[in-house]
Order: sequence, then structure tokens, then C-alpha cells
Amino acid sequence: MLRKILDSLTPHFEKGGKYEKLFPLFEAMDTLFYQPNSVTHTTSHVRDGIDLKRIMIVVWACAFPAMFFGMWNVGFQANTAIAGGLSAPTDWHSWFFIGHDPSSLLDNMIYGAAYFLPVYAVTFAAGVFWEVLFCIVRKHEVNEGFFVTSILYALIVPPTIPLWQVALGISFGVVIGKEVFGGTGKNFLNPALTGRAFLFFAYPAQISGDMVWTAVDGFSGATALSIASSGGVDALLQNGITWFDAFFGSIQGSMGETSTLAILLGGAVMLVMGVASWRIVAGTLLGMVATTLLFNAIGSDTNPMFALPWYWHFVLGGFAFGLIFMVTDPVSASMTHLGRWYYGALIGVMATLIRVINPAYPEGMMLAILFGNLFAPLIDYFVVQANIKRREARING
Amino acid sequence: MSVINTKEVLLTPIFNNNPIALQILGICSALAVTTGMQTSLVMTLAVIFVTAFANLFVSVIRNHIPGSIRIIVQMTIIASLVILVDQFLKAYAFDTSKQLSVFVGLIITNCIVMGRAEAFAMKNPPMASFIDGIGNGLGYGLILLVVAFFRELLGAGKLFGVVILPTVNNGGWYNPNGLMLLAPSAFFLIGLFIWALRTWKSDQVETEEHKMAPHTIASEAH
Repeated sequence: MLRKILDSLTPHFEKGGKYEKLFPLFEAMDTLFYQPNSVTHTTSHVRDGIDLKRIMIVVWACAFPAMFFGMWNVGFQANTAIAGGLSAPTDWHSWFFIGHDPSSLLDNMIYGAAYFLPVYAVTFAAGVFWEVLFCIVRKHEVNEGFFVTSILYALIVPPTIPLWQVALGISFGVVIGKEVFGGTGKNFLNPALTGRAFLFFAYPAQISGDMVWTAVDGFSGATALSIASSGGVDALLQNGITWFDAFFGSIQGSMGETSTLAILLGGAVMLVMGVASWRIVAGTLLGMVATTLLFNAIGSDTNPMFALPWYWHFVLGGFAFGLIFMVTDPVSASMTHLGRWYYGALIGVMATLIRVINPAYPEGMMLAILFGNLFAPLIDYFVVQANIKRREARING
Repeated sequence: MSVINTKEVLLTPIFNNNPIALQILGICSALAVTTGMQTSLVMTLAVIFVTAFANLFVSVIRNHIPGSIRIIVQMTIIASLVILVDQFLKAYAFDTSKQLSVFVGLIITNCIVMGRAEAFAMKNPPMASFIDGIGNGLGYGLILLVVAFFRELLGAGKLFGVVILPTVNNGGWYNPNGLMLLAPSAFFLIGLFIWALRTWKSDQVETEEHKMAPHTIASEAH
């Protein structure tokens, strides 16, 4: 039935048809419902039921636990602050609020949704605008990659971020991070992180510091990670944050990054399906744990971050979110199996280094991943060269 | 020797053979001095002066320079001119000179000056070389001014120090973009400029080194 409608419309969109220019859009709608009618012809010879579109949809769905938890947490943090005596916001967000009871699941969810959904909607609208524009001008296909980019981007910004900055950041991420290099599959940087990095350097007041993490006016509270960087584990416990709070996620932070538990739920699905490479994840963990143990052993009198154990690093800040959703991005990561270990380890080491040593950035994951992205092709090159050398030696020897 | 068309020598480096956008020379100073229009303008004038006169003097003595030490001779001429500019700025525009700090002195190492002396002035008569120096200085300055226009306007809401977009901190509405005050933004802006330029003049686009074979062919729907 649907197939028939689509088939009858096809001539209008093909070459010479009335809406020839809109073919990429039509094609996107068609393949959203059916398999593409192009089949593998040369070069690659692996055939599998799962293609780029299905992979992207899987990642998108796997981000849902973190997203729903994020909405709840935004509401929970804000309602707790309101219960503590601050007044609720009165701008347009407040039209949707139904209550301010921090123990009510529904109140918290609605409150969080009033902040998360507009951010997501703006991300989607701005990003799709650029994607479609480039697809029409460059005549390539719109694809589902942007589903992933949009949700990941929306989950790594703070709830109070102004919507125009959201649009600006994702525009930068999509255009400079992806489309100028040829679109999905040719971008060497993660577009979502590129967009966030742009905002981080362009408008630091709205994306870092103590004022932005809870969606209530006048509330000031540091993220768990910056508490740790000023006073170590003791300061965290004094502020009433236990390891399980941080693991479960009822702490301050960007919308989707707080709950390690929810992230791991989605991450487990991705790892089991093979959508995310377990080698990269293991490499990153190894790099982080090794570097942390090294710092623990060195110790420092002035910098409490030196003493922070690895299991705290794992649950604080954006480490878990980056580990599952950003580092494993198949396009910007290394492609060779051995290279994936090195690539992961490089990011794990860098993230810890930035967190511990650099006083200007309490969070190192974003910059570490972008750094790793830049090195991924180089790592692959050396792995391939080493393999060629090894096999040459076998022939000659 | 072919006849040299003065107009062509002057105008070609501005769009068709731009030192920054096509030859990719002189990027370092373009990143450093473009936070404001004023410093960029002064830098542009300084580079035009140095390139033009370095070309002129190198060209005048080009037939007397021994090939093996020509780089040293060129450097001596360029360095003398740069010191002249530096002293002049210190005497008559001290504030700007302080803002530009070492970058006036670093004109010596600006690849454009050296590149034009070596590539053009060593082979062409003095007047043509002089014009070529002005043209390349203008091409350099064009990029500098375009980049500085966006960086100062978006980063500080000002142009030549005059407030255009009143910022939030001073009671206005514009939220300045901090990235524009950092050097990487000049990279993005130069990149975008090159993109625009090559869309306009598509003959500047390099041919691709590699070509990807298509992975798929169309077949019947299934």
C-alpha cells in the first residue's frame, strides 16, 4: 500500500521530474520505511542485514535511557532547589509545569521535559535544515546519522542553555564538523562534540561554571566533578554525594551525562549488538584506569584530583557518556582492530590528564575525544604499515 | 621576456592568486593580529610597504646578486625595511605598535615577502616587481581585513573600537562570541573565505588525489 504510493510518486522526483531538486528528501522518506534499492556492487564484500541506517537508529534508541533519566534529573534537581526555598521560573517554561514535588516522578519528568524537549527540537530543526540544504546542493542522500548527532548533542548541554546558542552550536557542528568534509562518513570529528566545543569556547558563561546546571533562577551549585577538583573525595562526601548517587545519576551536570547506570543500559545493548566497538571501550577504560593509578601513586599535596580513584572518575562528569556514545562513533574512530585499542587508550589517558593536571578545565572528556579523533587516521596508518612490514618479512624471510 | 601587464600584476594577487587563500602563505600573522580592525589595517599597510620596497630593491640589484648568497641579501633588505617600519610605528603610532608587539618584527619571517622577492623580483624589472609587491600586500590585507571585520564585530561588538553591537555586559543585547577572540576562529574564517572564493572562482579548486569507486548500483526494489 505505502510502497504503491511511494512508487507512483517516484517519477516526479527522478531526473527530469517536477521535483527533481527534492529527490534527497523523497529518498530519505522512502528508505526510512523500506530498504534502499541499491545493492553493494564493488569494493566491500561483507553483506549484512544491518546497514548504516539501522546502526544509527540503534544508537539513537540506546540513548533513550539516558535521555529519560536526564529529564527526570533536571526536574529533580530543580524541584529540590525550589523545595529548598527558591522560586520557580516564571518564563515560558512554566506553562508546562504541573507541580514542584521533588519526590513525584511525574512532576520531575514534566519539568525536565519542558527544558529538554525544546533544546532537542531546536537542535533537530537547525541540524536538519543544514543537512537538507547540503544534500540538495551537493546531491547526496539525507541519512539517519543526524538522528544520533542531534540526540547526543542535546544530551551534553546544560538545561539552562539559551535556545539560540543551541541552534548556533549545532549549525557549527554540522557544517564545519561534518558537511565541509563531505558529509556523513567523511567527517573526522564528532559533529555533536564539535558543536559543544564551539559553545564551550564561544559562550563559556552559559555552558560552564556553577550557575547553569539547575534550571532555577539564582541557583548556584558546582558539578560533582568540579567539587572533586577542588576538594577530592572528601569534599564530595561532605556535599552529600556518595558513589552510588554519582553512579545512579542524581547529581548536577549536562542533561544526559549524569547517570552512569542509564548510559550503561544503552551501552550494553550497543556492545552486544556490535554497534559500538568493545575494543575502543576497553581501551579507553584501560587508559583511564592506568593513568589514574599512576596519579594515585604519585600523589600531590596541593591538587586533590591526584588522589581521586578510578571508580570515581568513571561515574563523574561526562566520562561514561563519552565512553559509550562519543568515543565509539564509527566514523571518527580508528578503523583497525589494533588501532582501536590505541585510540581508546589515548582518549582515556588524555581525559584523565586534562581532568587532573589542567586547572582551567575540570572536564576533560570532550577535549580528549576531539584530540583522539584527530589522531585516529594516523593510528590506523601506522597499524596498516606495521602489518604490511610484518607480512613482507614473512615473504622475504 | 614576456611583456608585463601592470594592471594584471597588481590585481591578480587579490582574488585570482591570493597569497593567503591560494598560496597559503603568511597564515601565522593572519591568526595573530586580526582581533581588531585597527591592528589589521596597520599590519596591512606595513606589509604592503615592506613587500613593495623589498621587491623593488631586490629587483634593482637582481643581476648583481651571486646566486649562492641571494637569500642572505634578500633577508638583509627585508630586515632593514622592517626595522624602518617598526621604528616609524613606535614614533607615530605607539599604542598600535604596542598592540602589534612582536608581529611587526615578525614581518621579516612572513613567507609572502620572501616568497615574492625570490619568485618574482629576482626575474622581473624593478617597476613590475614594485607593483607585484603592492598587489600581494593588498591580497594579504584583504583577507586580514575581512577576518578582522568578523572577529571584532562578533567577538567584541565593535569596529575600529567603535561600538556597533552593544554587549550584554555594558547593558546592551549582544552576547559576544568568545571564540572569535581566540586564534582558532581566524582559521575557521580563512577556511570559510577560501570556500567562498573557490565557489566563485572554481578554477582554483585542486583536482582530487584519490577518487572513490561507487559502492552500490541501483537495482529493483525488494
